[in-house]
Amino acid sequence: MNLPPFSTGKLTVGRAMAHDSAVGHVSGEAPYVDDYLPRTKQSYACIGMSPIAHGTLLELDLEEVHKAEGVIDVITADDIPGKSDIGPVFSGDPLFATDTIQHLGQPLFAVAANSMRQARKAALKAKVQIRESRALLDLDTAIQEKEYVRPTHTMTRGDADAGLDDSFHRIQGFMRVGGQEHFYLEGQVSLTVPGENGSMSIYCSTQNPSEIQKMVAQVLDLSMNRVNVIVRRMGGGFGGKETQAAAWACIAAIFSTRTGRAVLCRLSRHDDMIMTGKRHNFRNDYDVGFDADGRIQAILYRLAGQCGFSPDLSDAIVDRAMFHCDNAYYLPNVRIDGVRCKTHTVSNTAFRGFGGPQGMIAMETVIDEIAYRCQKDPLEIRKLNFYDTENRSVTPYYQKIECFNIPKIMDELERECDYQNRRKAIREFNQDNPVIKRGLALTPVKFGISFTTTFLNQTGALVHLYTDGSIHLNHGGTEMGQGLMTKVAQIVSEIFAVDSDKVVISATRTDKVPNTPPTAASAGTDMNGMAARYAALEIRERLIRFLAKQHEVNEQRVMFTPHGVRVGDSLLTLAEVAKEAWLNRISLSEASFYRTPKIHYDRTTASGRPFYYFANGAAASEVAIDTLTGEYRLLRTDIIHDVGDSINPAIDIGQIEGGYIQGVGWLTSEELKWDSAGRLLSDGPATYKIPAVGDVPPEFHVRLLGKHPNEEETIYRSKAVGEPPLMLAISAWCAIRDAIGSIRDHQIFPRLNAPATPEEILKTINQVKA
Amino acid sequence: MIQFLLNNTPISYQMERPDLTVLDYLREYRYLRGTKEGCASGDCGACTAVLVEQGEHGLEYRNFNSCITFLGSLHGKQLITVEHLKDNDRLHPVQQAMVDQHGSQCGFCTPGFVMSLFSLYKTSQTGQITNHEENIREYLSGNLCRCTGYFPIVRAAEQSLADPGPDQFNNASREVSDILAKIDDLSESEPTNFHAPTGVRELARLRNDRPNARLLAGGTDLALEVTQQHRDLHEIIYLGRVQELRAFNRTETRIEIGAMVTLDRLDIELGDDFPELRALLKRFGSRQIRNLGTVGGNIANASPIADITPVLIAMNATCVLESFEGQREIPLENYFHGYRQTEIRDNEFIRCVNIPVPANNMHLKICKISKRLDDDISAVCLAALINVEDGKTIHIRMAFGGMAAIPKRAIHCEKTLLDQPLEPRVIEQAKAALDRDFQPISDVRASATYRMDVAKNLLDRICLELSGNSPVTRIDQL
Repeated sequence: MNLPPFSTGKLTVGRAMAHDSAVGHVSGEAPYVDDYLPRTKQSYACIGMSPIAHGTLLELDLEEVHKAEGVIDVITADDIPGKSDIGPVFSGDPLFATDTIQHLGQPLFAVAANSMRQARKAALKAKVQIRESRALLDLDTAIQEKEYVRPTHTMTRGDADAGLDDSFHRIQGFMRVGGQEHFYLEGQVSLTVPGENGSMSIYCSTQNPSEIQKMVAQVLDLSMNRVNVIVRRMGGGFGGKETQAAAWACIAAIFSTRTGRAVLCRLSRHDDMIMTGKRHNFRNDYDVGFDADGRIQAILYRLAGQCGFSPDLSDAIVDRAMFHCDNAYYLPNVRIDGVRCKTHTVSNTAFRGFGGPQGMIAMETVIDEIAYRCQKDPLEIRKLNFYDTENRSVTPYYQKIECFNIPKIMDELERECDYQNRRKAIREFNQDNPVIKRGLALTPVKFGISFTTTFLNQTGALVHLYTDGSIHLNHGGTEMGQGLMTKVAQIVSEIFAVDSDKVVISATRTDKVPNTPPTAASAGTDMNGMAARYAALEIRERLIRFLAKQHEVNEQRVMFTPHGVRVGDSLLTLAEVAKEAWLNRISLSEASFYRTPKIHYDRTTASGRPFYYFANGAAASEVAIDTLTGEYRLLRTDIIHDVGDSINPAIDIGQIEGGYIQGVGWLTSEELKWDSAGRLLSDGPATYKIPAVGDVPPEFHVRLLGKHPNEEETIYRSKAVGEPPLMLAISAWCAIRDAIGSIRDHQIFPRLNAPATPEEILKTINQVKA
Repeated sequence: MIQFLLNNTPISYQMERPDLTVLDYLREYRYLRGTKEGCASGDCGACTAVLVEQGEHGLEYRNFNSCITFLGSLHGKQLITVEHLKDNDRLHPVQQAMVDQHGSQCGFCTPGFVMSLFSLYKTSQTGQITNHEENIREYLSGNLCRCTGYFPIVRAAEQSLADPGPDQFNNASREVSDILAKIDDLSESEPTNFHAPTGVRELARLRNDRPNARLLAGGTDLALEVTQQHRDLHEIIYLGRVQELRAFNRTETRIEIGAMVTLDRLDIELGDDFPELRALLKRFGSRQIRNLGTVGGNIANASPIADITPVLIAMNATCVLESFEGQREIPLENYFHGYRQTEIRDNEFIRCVNIPVPANNMHLKICKISKRLDDDISAVCLAALINVEDGKTIHIRMAFGGMAAIPKRAIHCEKTLLDQPLEPRVIEQAKAALDRDFQPISDVRASATYRMDVAKNLLDRICLELSGNSPVTRIDQL
């Protein structure tokens, strides 16, 4: 018999395997919450919302709603059995408004009916009387009036004021960056199924099952062990289902408790866009001092995010903006004020990057403006200001940069994308063409990995080996398209040396792995992969010990190989091993726990090591703009991104490509507009334009950095990839500025804001021409 | 009873409500839940399915938005949904390509993409697909994906188009043709609130007898009343089976476009002769919308931001309105009275539009300005028919969408340009004249200032383009 050797290389980890649901996706057979066959007498919920942004609720007449066809039940705040506030960190998010109305679209009541259409028609029949108050709707007014949802937080290192006074050049300016609607293709949805003794099963499209469990338990006044949340997959999340999936689950659960029926609460696209929070828009003010070469000496930032009416996650989101307003650059003297502004608008929430992008774009604006002042290519200014790992290695929050791949990535990308020759060609093109102008920019991304709220950096996993050799896997992370389940299955199959299709991944369930964090902060694979690895390793080691003893061989002579389990000179199938262990009363199941090491952060001193490590990448984008209309096109993009040792290159590249385009959307065509009464005007895909297929650059090159394993002991030395690539899109926005600047030979700094819609671009062109 | 093929199952269905959408029928009545609802407004493509009809050269497979299509309009056709694509256990080549190229992430938009790719695949089998890159973008223009950034989906399209061999649908095509051919017209003898007349006389009578019934053309706008405003449409007269309305006739001097000519067909019929019209039509709505949306519908809903009407007005089109009492032909520009107010009477319908064939030396210039390239509504749409001889403008008709409450001619601007040399001094005067022609509004798409600035700047663009050796003036030329 040909026995496999006692050592193998990596088997499934590192392979470009298809998404575990790929076949289900393409055949329409992978079910989402709204696709489960309805239960008998299932009913459907719709939310009635405030038509006014700010005021006092005088009367809520729901008689016609009750009488409408098919209506089963109607609820308001009075019908909440338990806690009525569902604020995730701080209170301030009432499930239904009672007295004070704080934004247009705030839930006032809900109706359940026999069909979705009946519920939606019934909800329109409410008569609402509200005494209107002055609504504070815009960020600038909130800044002026110091209306905050949370106190301002400051980070300081060195002496920024003295540094500014000593600087050769000094620039004061500001830029605005818009919010972003998540536009997950599957809207918010929950299905609640009542069980015995008041228990509740909740099928929910959420990134945060444990929080849904807690919220529903609190709202229903149940203990958490009676609520089970089940998430098989989401049709996209992007942060929008981190906290803001809770309300709809709670409302459906209240109906289920009252009626004994299964209740589906699915927001229509319109309601979803009106009632759920978005990425925070920011106004970023800066006061920067630099030397004659363009090297930054000191900088003062005020980063002001529009949080909406409640805190939600805004404390941490504005913090992350502050953590990223250095991007890849050393700031010797720095003070950053992070301001959390309150407005009578929907409460803004997590969105891929979690404030980081809004901070980072401020830094890249500053770099661009320095370049104009120094009359240099912005790329030179970028290189001049990079961190290193020696004297220029301490961040504004005192974390030391220990590994820094950005200079290498930037050098390789500059060469590979032929930056200098193209720069020359673009200059020539622009000289010959008065109408169409081209622009180019190469920008880096350094993004901190870990929840900055340290306690969230924990999760668990549960692995079962059955007696037929099949493996079942659960962990705390949720699947929203990012391929987490695929990667974690690869990790577990690697350990048992089986094909990853031998590992069945089932829905994330709070009754299997408890007390988990949201799947967020790009940390899904880092944490859940590691937890699952621990569980799988524990079972494997247990089996090795058992087999060694049972077969009287040295433990080194027991090996899990793709051909089976080699025990001395015999080869057993995994099924044989499992069965033998079972007969000998060896446990084949393991629950495990992982906590990210090394991290700590003291917010009172704004110092510590909030991040386990940094993800790095860089992108070069070339655009063309039409100076008559402000229209633009992406012409070419080149990206090198560092994912450490990739667990699945296909999935990682998918995250990079998709993140980049999502970021391009944020910075160009995606424009949120409200009217003067606080009504969202861009309330559907007809008016809110996420990128479509025609927006992708015709030339697009993405590669992984490769050969740079994570210096930290992450899962298989990989690096997180969920959020960082979004910020690669800043290069496209800077390239648009470069194109505009060419109109006046880069003598005048174009005060471009984001999103750079055709209108914003034309406005900036007019500013430069004036 | 409406009759159609649902995948390979013949369906006879007595409709309770005439405004039931295909998507709701699939999901709520048939429990076919592979087809998803992403927006219920025809803007995201998650609900895309494929409609099969007998064409001149065999069956034609068109992708469409099932969320804004009423079930009754399927009568006599085959509906293919994502559940039907596999051949037993084997994935269809477009499905396999999506798996191979990692074309799905969250997967929610995927069935819609698969159906658009399927429609592209079937069309490419007929040899009509010439430029892969262009056609892929066109066929996918109405499908939004929030995860992938589209690259792997485009690669999947390329993979499936590399060798679009016969699939199980080729084998079944004769049988499907036979079944469809045997489906009779909808009978008016049954009590119904969904009427599908087959001739204009019958239509005129119905229109007269049932003044409250809504006329349904492509439905891409009308259906929004049902899916977005949750209103009921109690009675519908569907125009899709009226033969005369689908006519397209062309003589030496005149082009007659039946009201039910789809935007896709308009492109096929006129695109070669009017390249800027083709370019506009490639950006008109999405592929799915162009497969359903009609010229008559675009006129009848009287939207100030409809893209076809400025073009037709610039081309001096007339509009034929017909009723039981007869026909009348009016200049199209007179059709629009005010915001969504039109000339049409309660018992009339639009029969066709007629365009005088422009002389060879006429230039049809069209500029559509929107936030997004594909599937976006114009902030400003300019159309102008111009003749410049010896540097002098000897003919000009110019109309704008997005600049007023109706699609409207720029009369003052035209006058300023006419009989004058096409040069910067005159252009500046023409720009000033636009201030007299229009007072645009600010809305979600653009501010009034932007609209006016762009409208003026577009005169520069046109002047440059007509001046002979023009620099690059449009970014899609790069």
